[in-house]
Amino acid sequence: MRLLVIEDDRETAQFLQKSLKESGHAADWAEDGEAGLALARDGGYDLLIVDRMLPRLDGLTLVRRLREAGDRTPVLILSALGDVDDRVKGLRAGGDDYLTKPYAYTELLARVEALARRSAPEEQATRYVVGDLVLDRLAHRVMRAGEPIPLQPREYRLLEYLMKHAGQVVTRTMLLENVWDYHFDPQTNVIDVHVSRLRSKIDKSFERPLLHTIRGAGYMIRDGAQ
Amino acid sequence: MTALSRILGGALTSTPFRLAATMVALYAVAAGLLVALLTWHANRELAAETLAEIRLESDDLVRSARGSDAAALVEAVRRRSEAAGDRLYLLLGADGQRLAGNLAALPAELADRSGGAVFRITPDHGGHSRLAVAERLDVAGARLVVGRDVEPRSRFVESVLATSLAGFGVLALAGLAAGLVAGRGLMARLEAINAATRAIMAGKLSERIPLAGTGDEIDGLARNLNEMLERIEGLMGALREVSDNIAHDLKTPLNRLRNRAEATLRSPEGEAAYREGLARVIDEADELIKTFNALLLIARLEAGAIDETVSPVALGEVVRDVVELYEPVADEQGLTLVAETGEAPHIEANRQLVGQAVANLVDNAIKYGGDGADQGAARECRRRIEITVGETATEGLVTIADHGPGIGTADRERVLRRFVRLDESRTRPGTGLGLSLVAAVARLHGGVLKLEDNAPGLRAILVLPKRRPGHAAS
Repeated sequence: MRLLVIEDDRETAQFLQKSLKESGHAADWAEDGEAGLALARDGGYDLLIVDRMLPRLDGLTLVRRLREAGDRTPVLILSALGDVDDRVKGLRAGGDDYLTKPYAYTELLARVEALARRSAPEEQATRYVVGDLVLDRLAHRVMRAGEPIPLQPREYRLLEYLMKHAGQVVTRTMLLENVWDYHFDPQTNVIDVHVSRLRSKIDKSFERPLLHTIRGAGYMIRDGAQ
Repeated sequence: MTALSRILGGALTSTPFRLAATMVALYAVAAGLLVALLTWHANRELAAETLAEIRLESDDLVRSARGSDAAALVEAVRRRSEAAGDRLYLLLGADGQRLAGNLAALPAELADRSGGAVFRITPDHGGHSRLAVAERLDVAGARLVVGRDVEPRSRFVESVLATSLAGFGVLALAGLAAGLVAGRGLMARLEAINAATRAIMAGKLSERIPLAGTGDEIDGLARNLNEMLERIEGLMGALREVSDNIAHDLKTPLNRLRNRAEATLRSPEGEAAYREGLARVIDEADELIKTFNALLLIARLEAGAIDETVSPVALGEVVRDVVELYEPVADEQGLTLVAETGEAPHIEANRQLVGQAVANLVDNAIKYGGDGADQGAARECRRRIEITVGETATEGLVTIADHGPGIGTADRERVLRRFVRLDESRTRPGTGLGLSLVAAVARLHGGVLKLEDNAPGLRAILVLPKRRPGHAAS
């Protein structure tokens, strides 16, 4: 993937460039809003990472201008602001996802990859398949090795989200946001308990585990050994 | 002396004195006009009345003279002139000769016309000139003047006027003096307020404005200012406590983080140990970030403005979602969440914040509600956490009741403050901000968080108004 990082803090930007490169992506860097907008307009990037507060042109205006010009490149907004309605404002301006500083790089990477996947056309898939696990979105049914697995509605949605992002790391916060629509840190790690319940249903009686815990990051569903 | 002149000088420019001076000036102008009007009117009345009297007399004289000869008139005039008093007469013949009367000559004012006039006469025996009113009648070639010496009446009017003027003057002086006294009193009291203000500005926040005890509006002002100072002092105290707590609760984990990093750096055990150390450093940092985020969120909530993100929220749905989210965790602790959401009210709220508040309360009940649940006979019942959604006419209510140790009456207020944890050993995870956040969310929505005794256990009631205060129904 080719990414553009629009961030005025040099150290943060260099850290992101280096980390993204290690993760197999190429990242360019723009130091202020105007330069960022110019680069984004003719750069043909797969994804933009935009800091909310930028010199010369703030992040929200930049995204709004891009969207007004018909540019649909996915945008991840980074912000040090934590106001109740900042996320709403960010998404309303045309951002696709919103991450509050300070963040873990694993969280950022997981979101970047999820966003890139979202913009891909396979969105409308009616079936998700990982190894011998099949989720049928039309029949609302889950089968493993031909055997139906009964799931609670929330477990189904959890699995659906994980399988939609098969092969990618999905963080606890992403699950809480996308499966439960909550944008806060629960004090206890409630997500872990839900995932382990799901795991006991889809993995327990099978030799090859599909749902993996990625230490310090989150979870990933995929076929094949770690 | 200088102090006195300063107070006096201050009093002279004070508001009450200026008001009094203005009033006195207006009063003087009005009094002057009144006196002038009275004088004019009195004189006019006096002249008219006297003239009427004179006319009656001269008519009488003329009538009695008619039909008899001129000598009879002369005789009548002469007789009347001789009677002492204020009456004045003069009868002149056709040739201008004085025939009778007590006036020496025809007054200049009546020399060439008949009718009435006011003039001054000089008495024969000398002395001050006197004011007189007279009328001239021409009878059969003779000229008759009948008049009155009005000096005493005029004197009376003048003395009344003089007395009034003196009275006005005294009143004006009294008014100015009263203004001065009031000004001095006010200056002294304002000076007391100013002195207190200066002391407070110099950092002595406990200073208060002295009350005069009169219960007047200045005392009212002073009392309000004192109450304001009380509140500010309280807030400052709370702020100091919060910053002390922040210092403690952020420094401790920061120190732990630093220790971990240092220990990792010192450890000679190679890459695996380094990795393990760094992972733990990151865990510590994450905990710190969590605390920091919660603190920031509370601060933002207290600054209070969520209008943009408020929408109708089905309270029962939010509660069901949270219960569903926490059910597996409660299960692991051997606790059961019993939710009664029923026909739940819709409230105007921020769904995220209400969700987070309910989540914090459930989280709390799971963390502490299981304590001590193993004793007692009704063990099964004690492992339940009951979550109920209810409503009043204007409010939505979420009640979360556990059967744990509860919170003592003395601590219920305290536990809502930032970083207050009753678990002094701090062995359980948590930031000490959970309940503070719930209270802040409730306040922001115009509601309240009540903590009650569930006998045994804690019953937390989150009260949220259906309509946001100050927002009319749409």
